[in-house]
Amino acid sequence: MINLLIKNVKIVDPAKNEKTADVQLPVADVLIHEGKITKIGSGLNASGEKTLDGTGKCLMPGFVDLHTHFREPGFEAKETIVTGAHAGLKGGYVASVSMPNTFPPCDHQGVIDNIIRKAKEVPYYIFPSGTISKGREGKELSEMADLKNAGIVAVTDDGDWVGDALLMRRAMEYASMLDLIVMSHCEDRRLSAGGVMNEGLTSTRLGLKGITAASEEIAVARDIELARLTGAHLHLCHLSTARSVELLARAKKEGLRVTAEVTPHHIGVSEEIIEGYNTNAKMYPPLRTNQDIAVLKQALKDGLIDCIATDHAPHTPEDKMCEFDVAPFGVIGLETAFGIVMSELYHAGGWTLGAIAAIMSRNPAVILKKEERFGLIREGIEANLALVDPSLEWTVTSEELRSKSTNSCFIKRKLKGKVLATVCAGQLWEF
Amino acid sequence: MSEFRWHRKDLLGLRTLEAVEIRHILDTAKSFQDVSLRSVKKVPALRGKTVANLFLEPSTRTRVSFELAEKRLSADTIQIQKTGSSMVKGETLKDMCRNIESLKVDLVVMRHSFSGAPFRLARHLKASVINAGDGINEHPTQALLDMFTVLEKKGKIEGLNITFIGDILHSRVARSNIWGLTKLGANVTVCGPKTLIPVGIEKLGVRVTYDLNEAVEQADVINLLRIQLERQSESFFPSIREYATAYQINKNVLKRAKSDVVIMHPGPVNRGIEITSDVVDGPYSVILDQVTNGIAVRMAVLFLLCGTAGTETEE
Amino acid sequence: MADKERKVLSEADVQRALIRISHEILERNHGIKNLVIVGIRTRGVFLAERLCANIQTIEGSKLPLGYLDITLYRDDLGEIGPRPVVKQTELPFDPTGKVVILVDDVLYTGRTIRAALDAIIDFGRPKAIQLAVLIDRGHRELPIKADYVGKNLPTAKEEQVIVKLSETDQTDEVVIAGGSNE
Repeated sequence: MINLLIKNVKIVDPAKNEKTADVQLPVADVLIHEGKITKIGSGLNASGEKTLDGTGKCLMPGFVDLHTHFREPGFEAKETIVTGAHAGLKGGYVASVSMPNTFPPCDHQGVIDNIIRKAKEVPYYIFPSGTISKGREGKELSEMADLKNAGIVAVTDDGDWVGDALLMRRAMEYASMLDLIVMSHCEDRRLSAGGVMNEGLTSTRLGLKGITAASEEIAVARDIELARLTGAHLHLCHLSTARSVELLARAKKEGLRVTAEVTPHHIGVSEEIIEGYNTNAKMYPPLRTNQDIAVLKQALKDGLIDCIATDHAPHTPEDKMCEFDVAPFGVIGLETAFGIVMSELYHAGGWTLGAIAAIMSRNPAVILKKEERFGLIREGIEANLALVDPSLEWTVTSEELRSKSTNSCFIKRKLKGKVLATVCAGQLWEF
Repeated sequence: MSEFRWHRKDLLGLRTLEAVEIRHILDTAKSFQDVSLRSVKKVPALRGKTVANLFLEPSTRTRVSFELAEKRLSADTIQIQKTGSSMVKGETLKDMCRNIESLKVDLVVMRHSFSGAPFRLARHLKASVINAGDGINEHPTQALLDMFTVLEKKGKIEGLNITFIGDILHSRVARSNIWGLTKLGANVTVCGPKTLIPVGIEKLGVRVTYDLNEAVEQADVINLLRIQLERQSESFFPSIREYATAYQINKNVLKRAKSDVVIMHPGPVNRGIEITSDVVDGPYSVILDQVTNGIAVRMAVLFLLCGTAGTETEE
Repeated sequence: MADKERKVLSEADVQRALIRISHEILERNHGIKNLVIVGIRTRGVFLAERLCANIQTIEGSKLPLGYLDITLYRDDLGEIGPRPVVKQTELPFDPTGKVVILVDDVLYTGRTIRAALDAIIDFGRPKAIQLAVLIDRGHRELPIKADYVGKNLPTAKEEQVIVKLSETDQTDEVVIAGGSNE
């Protein structure tokens, strides 16, 4: 258990100061004793304890990712819970919702037990999700109550959409009874079939088969209607189109229990980077247009989209070292998320630090109903923190990634804003 | 004749070429035309060079045309053919590259069923790469030979009305032609059922029509694309019968065309479907000239690239 | 560079040399029977045309004339570098059994002529090939010798022999440019 004093640091607590101008944010010393924040104040002294100078730096609550693929069990060549957790820590994250498309899939409590046990080795917080359907086959419901007892916080067939509206209705009804979030990967697979990138002028130019935005929007619209019908908490994963945002806005206006996330890559790069047929730019949903990016950023700012989620989806170089058409979908994101968000929203978008901390930590914690432990900086709670330099410039290189995979679409990208240290579950990690 | 000098290592597509480069290839091809007419149909220009023909998708016409072009330039050639996707599953692109590199090949001619594959290969190889058709993306040498044939028949490309009819969506021939022809100032029209017209293509400076008569009327050149029968099962059109009724080029349709219209087809032709036999064999057809010109165009490309093999790929 | 140029043949010198060569060709071959003339692109073509015209004036009838581009036969194509521009070869006759008068402007290493010989032979089997050049500047790298020479011009390797012909260069003259500032 770490004993640590962080001196003279700007404290960005989105629970208190989401809208506060950066210059008015408090600067203080933070004392951590036995893994807990014991005192926040000025002129603190603690002899013999490790001290970090926070001058010019910011302390944010540790980030919470609603969408991480740890790949374990089943695909340990791509990532393991331990390597994924280390990648998360490097990116300032302290907690992740793990995705259930493992092998075997997370449709059985034994798999969940295993994930939670392994996360404790690091330690890192993993809140597992379970599948909606047995085997992720979209046919029969998983044993959600049993999975909930094992520790899941949400159900999703992520990677696939539940195409059967009746099954999805039942899933939402059942999940809402259990107070589980229903996370939906919105994609009408019949409509997107064969597609490998966003459909439009760029796909026509590059001669690649397109995925129409409508394949996402149809799914978003249906799931919103089912959320209305069932009263379930629907969380829309990785929204990527302007129309999806419109549908979300309407649902929120009506007061439906709908929340949504966007990935760093969907606000950080457009479809145009596929130009050289780089398979690390292939993911679902596909990178969209600059117009979509502008709408997504505005939706984040307006609070329509609640948070950033990485959809960290590791694939080995061997998986990706092939033709664009046959490469697997997915990119990693834990280690670059903060840099992208800072570059795109803070430095280029004029956001406040409080608002950045909100979409990275506070809002996902609220969605998970864990806002008393995560997404805030208070005396008396366990220290889960990210010490960041908001203006440090760095370049993403594959050598420095801690993830087992290097399939980032941001390799060689220059970013402004970097995580310097993470405190998670009583341990300090410096980078 | 331009004094422009070729500098690119690879020919991957016409999208990334400048008009001056396209013209240079066409000019150079003119000089290779007569080689095939001599008693000794061979020049020593590529003597000692090795060309690998890597055909990972079935092809007869393009493969034979390249092979002849290579032989007439005195290159040594090897054929690597795989059908289906076994190659993809069993051997990664990188392994393929390394193997080719180890064979000390100077030039790779690559046909691949997935778009962009030659681009990725080219980035990893010192040898020059010629795209002989990648997925639905590009087929640059086919477009160049089409353009060469247009030049031969019409004396120019600029200002001509050139129409493509058929499955534009899945046609790498149409895509390459659109890039090339628009760069050289032709007015390009594409015509076919709406299901087979790619999204946003009009933004490439192309006119779109679904009406065959409209497409034919002002055309100086009509380039027909092969319609693939399996597209019916994917609901791109209700039946071959209905497709042929709406989009077949036959004598009747040609009554609306200009008297000096030229009919082209990249082959293989589905006689009686996209085009009737009397038109294939009729006076407007230059389909066999395309085949002949293909050799000269491919010789020109092979010759030009051979000088830059082993240099760095741009970007 | 212009001030370093040294004129070695004037317009009249060039014309005189070509007339002499025309006579020598006729003399050596006993008339024009079975003769064809082939110019090597670019300037050999203009010289061939002039020889052809001279011979027509003398003999009253025209020799068959062809143009040869030797690019595809060059022995330095194996080297890396942008490809030279390939121009068309036009031989409107079968050289088999003919005496071919091959014409070029400058004979230097002999490599161009080697390429030209190979090229002609790919079109047929001539009875003989004779070589006519306006300038022989020496420095042969292959055992090749001209049958008709306008002027033998001893040069240093660093020097450049520039043949200007009115067809492309506005004027007829031959100059030597010094190698020192090359």
